[in-house]
Amino acid sequence: MASVALTNLDPASRAAARGWSDLTIRNMFIIPTLVFLIVFNIFPLIYSLGYSFTNFAANRSEPWQFVGLQNYRELLSDGHIWSNFVITAKYVIVSVAGQMIVGFGLALLLNRSFPMKGLITTLLLLPMMMSAAVVGLFWQLLYSPSWGPINYVFGLGDFAWLSNPDSALYAVAITDIWMWSPFVMLLSLAGLSAVPQHLYEAAAIDRASWWYTFTRITLPLVSPILLIALIFRTMEAFKTFDIAYTMTTQPTAELIAIRLYKQAFQQWDTGKSCALAYIVLIMVLAITNLYVKYLNKVKER
Amino acid sequence: MAAVRTSSEVALNRVAIAAVLIATLVFLAPIYWIASTAFKPKELAVSVPPTVLFEPEVTPFVRLFTKRVQMQKTVDPQVYEAAPWWEKRIYDGGERVLKVGKDVQLSQYPNRFMNSLIVAVVSTVLAVGMGTFTAYGFSRFKIAGEADLLFFILSTRMLPPVVVAIPMFLMYRAVGLNDSHIGLIILYVAFNLSFSVWLMKGFMDEIPKEYEEAALVDGYTRMQAFFKIVLPEAATGIAATAVFCFITAWNEYAFALIMTNRRAQTAPPFIPSQIGSGLPDWTTIAAGTFLFLLPVAIFTFLLRNHLLRGVTFGAIRK
Repeated sequence: MASVALTNLDPASRAAARGWSDLTIRNMFIIPTLVFLIVFNIFPLIYSLGYSFTNFAANRSEPWQFVGLQNYRELLSDGHIWSNFVITAKYVIVSVAGQMIVGFGLALLLNRSFPMKGLITTLLLLPMMMSAAVVGLFWQLLYSPSWGPINYVFGLGDFAWLSNPDSALYAVAITDIWMWSPFVMLLSLAGLSAVPQHLYEAAAIDRASWWYTFTRITLPLVSPILLIALIFRTMEAFKTFDIAYTMTTQPTAELIAIRLYKQAFQQWDTGKSCALAYIVLIMVLAITNLYVKYLNKVKER
Repeated sequence: MAAVRTSSEVALNRVAIAAVLIATLVFLAPIYWIASTAFKPKELAVSVPPTVLFEPEVTPFVRLFTKRVQMQKTVDPQVYEAAPWWEKRIYDGGERVLKVGKDVQLSQYPNRFMNSLIVAVVSTVLAVGMGTFTAYGFSRFKIAGEADLLFFILSTRMLPPVVVAIPMFLMYRAVGLNDSHIGLIILYVAFNLSFSVWLMKGFMDEIPKEYEEAALVDGYTRMQAFFKIVLPEAATGIAATAVFCFITAWNEYAFALIMTNRRAQTAPPFIPSQIGSGLPDWTTIAAGTFLFLLPVAIFTFLLRNHLLRGVTFGAIRK
């Protein structure tokens, strides 16, 4: 790719005459990374695309057969898979909406000067830096129906958050909101601090109400960055595996990534799981595309 | 805020600060619960009502690091007296520490912790090393289709781990890289490389081109200018990028769960596997979790001024 790219570097320049030319250096710096990513990310995907058209099972030694589009046909007409997608959609909506509300709310509260602001902001950011799998595991104790502090504090008796089919998914979403609201808060704070102060001063002179100032000045100016937070969290929530996998085994909380993991590494239905992986991949890439588009938009400002 | 403040504005400010403090306590409560459970006597970890204040002890950490068995009869008083303090704590709990001759048998935890450390450190060095060079290339040279290449690089980061893991598992199995440090390191480099390129490009863009141009005029080669002028200027950025890559690799779960099971298993898949059947010993799990989370908590404070940049791949800075 890059090796055939045109360059406008002058090979006869004085700097280029000493040591390696800029062109050589550029290629030396960039090509290894591209090759590495192609070998370890793109090549495996091509490999699995091939398997997605077969009935290959990685735990058996029998020869596999080419089955054409059968895997895809079966997956798309499989009610079980659709219910996994519905569960995932519910999870994405609840947890991302929760994160946006809590995170932006926190940012509005934090957007003023007070003692130890830096320390408190950093403390609030701790959850998102931690391992979702390990923290998720520990939330099992927090949610425990017999001795969990959550039920004790809220007086919920022996409500079994994680083993109740109706609540398991939302219990995971609550933990996810706890982990990732700080992310939305961090981005919102950056957006809020970039709103020019003179706009607020002008609004104050005009005796504009708090609500008017908020909806006409704050929101419009912060919305690009909120949109980035929204798309990024949507993409991450869609891919969620670790936190849900370590917290609960309820089928009602079986997100699409967990379904994919089970199909590939517990049922060893390799060919079909490669096909499912591709369906998931296309959806993720569509969101990624959107994300990068808005990221570049904000960057240009 | 306007210079003149009305009394209602002052009151609103106070309410907001109080709300911030309450929210901080709520957000820290789960972390406090992990940390405190790690120092609790076993029975207090699962007490009703939950125990908040107690006399801390380090016995959970002794249990975390040793292999133990339940004792059938009480320990011989002479043996008990001769034992070091930490072994007595185990005897007090009705267990004894397993030994080979005089050597205490360690649990699997220290080994899993070391695996995490090896994999995270090596993959970070490689990802940041390669990423720094590549970022410089993208920052300083004209590249046809630059935006597309950068998108391609970022998109590799967004791939769902389980999707990539299926073919990688098959390929690793074919070449014998399953359950090896190298196999996991390669996956983490691939995962972190795109992040490191994007973040480092942001830092490189901030270093004025004039610095190197002056050096080139002074007779430096481009490589000398890169190593002697650009790299020192980028040191803070490199450090921040490295800490981010380290945390990502340290926390990673899906690849580690799929690719490792014994020799190279890291802490994130190991800690949940300890739960086993029956009543879990939450104090020991909390002790393992506490030690595992501690480095990340420290790094978060060191990184505090770069967090925004880090989570947006260098796109948004303060």
